[in-house]
Amino acid sequence: MALLQFNNVGITGMSAAVPKNIIDNYQYTEHFDEATVKDIVDKVGIKERRFTDAKTTSSDLCYAAAEKLLTDMNIDRQEIDLLVFISQTPDYRMPATSVLLQDRLGLSKHTAAFDLTLGCSAFVYGLTVVYGLMQTGGFRKALLLDGETRSKVYSPKDRKTAFLFGDGGVAAIIENNEKFGPSYFSLNSDGSKESYIKIEAGGYRNPSTPETLTEKVVDEHGNMRTDEHGYMQGADVFNFVLLEIPSDIKKLLKFAGTTMDELNYFVFHQANSYMNSYLAKKLKIDADKAPSSIEHFGNTSSVSIPLTIVTQMKSKLQGHNKVLLSGFGVGMSWATSVLNFEDCFISDLVEV
Amino acid sequence: MEQKFIDLFKETLEIEDREVALTDTFRDYDEWDSLALLSVIAMIDEEYDVIIESNEFQKLQTVGDIHNYITAHSN
Repeated sequence: MALLQFNNVGITGMSAAVPKNIIDNYQYTEHFDEATVKDIVDKVGIKERRFTDAKTTSSDLCYAAAEKLLTDMNIDRQEIDLLVFISQTPDYRMPATSVLLQDRLGLSKHTAAFDLTLGCSAFVYGLTVVYGLMQTGGFRKALLLDGETRSKVYSPKDRKTAFLFGDGGVAAIIENNEKFGPSYFSLNSDGSKESYIKIEAGGYRNPSTPETLTEKVVDEHGNMRTDEHGYMQGADVFNFVLLEIPSDIKKLLKFAGTTMDELNYFVFHQANSYMNSYLAKKLKIDADKAPSSIEHFGNTSSVSIPLTIVTQMKSKLQGHNKVLLSGFGVGMSWATSVLNFEDCFISDLVEV
Repeated sequence: MEQKFIDLFKETLEIEDREVALTDTFRDYDEWDSLALLSVIAMIDEEYDVIIESNEFQKLQTVGDIHNYITAHSN
C-alpha cells in the first residue's frame, strides 16, 4: 500500500502561464450545431479554454511560468538542484524536456533533471517524488514544472472530448523548512482500465502510419477522430472516480490522523464541472472549500490542480492552511495528498 | 419502490411531457445520450449507493432492467 509521509518539506511559491488565445466554448460550433454545443457546454460547465498556437509547447508555457516565479521570488538559479518536468505532451520523444528546460532557464549543469509522464494524477505524483528527494537533504531547492497542450491531443470532431480540454503550464518551488511539518501521500494505479482514456497509436506499440493518421467515424453518433487522437469513455471514468476517489481520500485522512473538518481546502483535478460538483456533494464538501477553475481553463490534465491554486487561491494561501489535493485520470492513475501551505507565494497569472 | 425509481428516472432525464413505464426501452428516448448516462449513474449512486459498471450497464435495455439491477445489488 503506497502511503507515505514526509516531514518539513513544502511548496514556497507557485506560478502559472496560459496561452492568450481564449476559446469561447459556446462559439466552438464549427463541427456541431449550436443547440448540441449548448447542451454539452452547459453540462460540463466549461465556458472557455486556452489554446496555444501550433508552435507553442508545454515547455514554452512552463518556461514562462518559471521565469516569472524565479524573478518574483528573487531566487538564485544556482540553488536549484532538482528540476522535474511533468507532461504527456513533451517537446520531443527524446531528449527529455526537463533537460532542455535546465539549459533554457539558465540552471547549473549539476542540476538533477528528469521527466514524469503521467496524466491527471501527475502533479501529486510529482510532488511525492520531489518531496522524497528533498527529504534526503541533498538538494537546496527544487523546481517542479507541469505543462500540457491537450488542445493538440483530441479531435474537434469527437463531441465526447472536443469541449473539455485546454492548455497551461505551471511552476512550483519546493524547499525544506521546519515550518511545513508532516505531509501525506497516497499513490495508486490500475492498468486494467487502460482503455478508459487513451491514444491508441503513434507510440512504439502501434507506430504512426498513414492509416493511424486517417480520420474515421468511430461510433453511431458520427464522432470522428484518428487513432492518434485521444479518446475518453466518460461514463467509465465517472464510475471509476465514484468508486476510487472518496475511498482514497478517506484512507489518506486516516493515515494522516486528520479529518475532513480540519482541512481548509480541497483541490480536485478539474475534470468537468458536473463530475467535480457531484464529487464534492458526495464527500459533503462546501463549494467555498473546493476552489474551481474549470469554467475558465477547462480540463488541463495534470496542470489543473496547480492552475486552480494559482488562479483561485492567491489570497487564500496566506498564513497556515491544510490542503488536500486529489488527482485522477488516464492510466488509470490516482493520487491524494494532504499538505501544509505556509504563506505560499503566488505569482500573477502569465499570458503567453 | 418502483414508482420512486420511475419518478427519479424521469426527473434525471428531465422528461416532463409523458409517463415513463418500466417496459420502456430507455435507449430509444430522444433524451438518451452520453450526458444522460452520466446523470443516471450519479442518481443511482446517490439514491441507492449502487455503481453500475459500463459493461454491465450496456446490457440493460429497459427502465425495468435498471430497476432490477439496483434491487439485486443494493444492500
